[in-house]
Amino acid sequence: MLTLLALLAVLLLALGAAAPLLARRAGRARAAFGATAAAGLLIAAAGLAGLLGGPAALDLPLGPPWGPMRLALDGLSAWFLLPLGLVSAAASLFALGGVRAPMAPRRLLPWPAFLAGMLLTVLAADGFTLLLGFEAMSLASWALVAHEHAAAENRRAGRIYLGFAGFGGLCLVLALGLSAGGAGDVAFAALREAPPEGWRAAAVLGLVLAGAGSKAGLFPLHVWLPLAHPAAPSHVSAAMSGAMTKVALYVLARFLFDLMGPAQPFWLGAPLIALGAASAVIGALRANLEEDSKTLLACSTIENVGLIAIGLGLALAFRGADLPALAALAAGAALLHVLNHAMFKTLLFLAAGEVLHGALSRRLDRLGGLIHRMPWTAWAALVGVAAAASLPPLSGFASEWLLLQALLAAWRVGDLAFQIGVAAATALAALAAALAAAAMVRFWGLVFLGRPRSPRAAGAEESGGAARLALLLPAGLTVLLGLAPGVMLALAAPALRLMAGAAAPSAGGLVVGAAEGGARYWPLPVALLAAAAIGGLWWLVRRRAPAGVARGPAWDCGFIAPPAHLPFGDPATQPSAAGFAQPLRRMLGESLLAAQEHVAMPPPGATAPAVLRAGFADPALAALEGPLPRWREALASRAERLRDLSIRQNLGLTFAAVVLLLALLAALEAG
Amino acid sequence: MAFLGALLAQALHLALILAAAPVLTGLVRWLKARMMGRRGPSPLQPLRDLAKLLRKRPLLAENASPVSRAMPYVAAGAVVAAAALVPSFARGMALAPLADLLLVAGLLALGRVAMALAGMDAGTPFGGLGAAREMSFAALAEPALVVAALSLAILAGTTNFDGIAAAFRDGGLGLRVSLGFALAALLAVALAENARIPVDNPATHLELTMVHEAMILEASGRHLALWDYAAMLRLALWLSLLAAVFLPFGQAPAGAAPHLWALGLLAWVAKMAGLALALAAFESAIAKMRVFRVPEFLGAALLLGLLGAVLLFVSTGLA
Repeated sequence: MLTLLALLAVLLLALGAAAPLLARRAGRARAAFGATAAAGLLIAAAGLAGLLGGPAALDLPLGPPWGPMRLALDGLSAWFLLPLGLVSAAASLFALGGVRAPMAPRRLLPWPAFLAGMLLTVLAADGFTLLLGFEAMSLASWALVAHEHAAAENRRAGRIYLGFAGFGGLCLVLALGLSAGGAGDVAFAALREAPPEGWRAAAVLGLVLAGAGSKAGLFPLHVWLPLAHPAAPSHVSAAMSGAMTKVALYVLARFLFDLMGPAQPFWLGAPLIALGAASAVIGALRANLEEDSKTLLACSTIENVGLIAIGLGLALAFRGADLPALAALAAGAALLHVLNHAMFKTLLFLAAGEVLHGALSRRLDRLGGLIHRMPWTAWAALVGVAAAASLPPLSGFASEWLLLQALLAAWRVGDLAFQIGVAAATALAALAAALAAAAMVRFWGLVFLGRPRSPRAAGAEESGGAARLALLLPAGLTVLLGLAPGVMLALAAPALRLMAGAAAPSAGGLVVGAAEGGARYWPLPVALLAAAAIGGLWWLVRRRAPAGVARGPAWDCGFIAPPAHLPFGDPATQPSAAGFAQPLRRMLGESLLAAQEHVAMPPPGATAPAVLRAGFADPALAALEGPLPRWREALASRAERLRDLSIRQNLGLTFAAVVLLLALLAALEAG
Repeated sequence: MAFLGALLAQALHLALILAAAPVLTGLVRWLKARMMGRRGPSPLQPLRDLAKLLRKRPLLAENASPVSRAMPYVAAGAVVAAAALVPSFARGMALAPLADLLLVAGLLALGRVAMALAGMDAGTPFGGLGAAREMSFAALAEPALVVAALSLAILAGTTNFDGIAAAFRDGGLGLRVSLGFALAALLAVALAENARIPVDNPATHLELTMVHEAMILEASGRHLALWDYAAMLRLALWLSLLAAVFLPFGQAPAGAAPHLWALGLLAWVAKMAGLALALAAFESAIAKMRVFRVPEFLGAALLLGLLGAVLLFVSTGLA
């Protein structure tokens, strides 16, 4: 199995290398995307087999001078192969459907390399391989983010993304070094032998949170995500939000649950819960204020990553407090949400890509009424929207129900400060879930409902074929995962045993449960009950009421008739993206995101239109963009001075550096 | 045999709450009218209104999509499913294992999202305005509900309605300050969810203040009947939920004989009538808030709920 996966990674790299040849003809490019789609399905199948079979390990006959590259497949990595493979398959299918003509090689080349990097990261069993995969993933995705470098905003997105990727990689190198200690062996088996303790554990936690957390989009290092994810082509956005953030969370889980050993104190979970709750609320609130469909979805990714981080943090705290059943509950919620979010966010990004393709805009204020022109996309997106809004019986509700149950049980950890903090986190998680519902209603309603807001939207065309299949695959899986979370949790048992030391409590085919004797959630009966209620109502109403409907013009509150060049009515008489965001901008945005609105009202009698200007500034971005460039300038001007040194001073500097390093080595050897 | 009894109780409960919902709304309206010195229409008037609406053919906007036609059924169906889960006169109904507080909140959210989408379908300004306000208020009501559930879950060990009711009846929980806070939080959420004064005015069509009515402005005929019925059923559900959680007295225990059901039925009718009276008195005595004062109202509910949970932590920590 592992040999097969390793070969697959090599083949993907070879495919990337052959891209300049493949991109020259549309048919060949289609074949390349077809191959990556097949690779994705294979990866998912391998994950399934890894969960059902036992763990495996493989030492590659190549690697750095100090040892071979090691690969391993255990429960945790097998679970993360599922979202990785399924997202890759759906995104590749969508890309296949979008190939109409020969394409620039720079659009094709990084895609297989991106997938190979993610695969390598998940399979790695030593620090070197992990970093290699992680950096390949970062670099390839950067190339895809910056592929349309003619636009200044894409260049900015690429620059900021590259900075964050470098920072994240650096933090992971330091975390690995600190875990390895003096011995310097970075194989995972060796790291498990000597888990860090005391300040070292806290430092590793901080570094991993900064390194993997920045890649996953955890507050306050999330600011690159709403810039970079929308800049990439839609299938890459889907893979970045659906799979890459999950790979980063995998690295987080690998460090915190496996490499740091089980004997860690419970408060280690607290920073994760706090950062997760902050990410969830900020991400969901920003999703309500953004006016670009893909940026909105990227912000919703921050929210969902935050929810997963809360689950992971709770699992860590429960394990530290010796409550394995509850730890399994929280870890199960996190793992399930990893898969669920990967599916519905892929679906939504691909739908946004389809809308961009059909109506040529990502701005909510230029779309509208697309349900008439693009029905398949609209209804598939509605499934994703309902799951993202955590509505029963879809997949998002199942995992968020489990997460809330874990939060409601978190007081059992016992420490008063922790209990109060978790009560606040419970409120924030619920706030984030409800904000996400509002954001999703806004997204779907503005894009697909109402009247077209631009001529392009009025003439939008839907593409069929592979792109439609790429929407239906994650939509179907979202429904299935929502109906069978019990099956998935039972499947995740190897991963849960690794993370929590216990299997999920009372997870069976039809039901997921909180603790023994606690509340249960039966998705299939609930779906049947709701369907029976809806069907019964329909039948009853049909018997009493006359069939059919009459049609008439909508009542538009007395606006004057639209001019002749606006056959679909004046777009200004519909809610706009900024207008729909107004209640939440005033309620929460002003305090959390420094949101402002300004209405310029012309004097009575003037014919100029009134203008509403609304905007907000993410405090994290402001904090980053303020001091960082100043520091860079200061550092650069200092470094400039080195160039003017004489040869004597240069040699002296080199000598001093060597002496310093030797002294450090001596001190480490003695210690 | 026990299963047959549970099934019978479930069917009776569903028929009861489905039939009681319009009468309850009519009762609240009648009581309010009386308190304001008017005669008021008969409590059965909502039933007649529904029958009249059902006979009329709906008029849809020219550009309305299938969303406008499907969402009334989805919203009303979700509320019916939720109403089937909240116990009224007896515990141990056939669907009792499903009856979870968070699930009921999820089903109500499903109804809310369906209504917001239907409001946006025609592309009129008021529909979008109502949808934006409704979803924003819900964003603040949801945390208050979950935090109230936190106190209940700590005390009862579960969020299942039967479990909570059983813990309240048999566990000797007594009167706790935390429960008072949780009750206050849930009452505020109930007012917001049902679009009652002071959050929204169920009787208004004044353009600047309406929230709930703004979303269904375009609906007519059987669709309007379904929206109205869903609102009535939601009110009955919330009052029944408050009664089931905080006043579980008189409820027949699981597997009880039918004569206990009759007792439970009487107790339920008395509780619902009492709550309807309290609601009417509250709404007559208080004025509607400005829209942007509502966050303060719901924020206070959230803080009360949190305070209840914290008090609970402190008291269990000391004990």
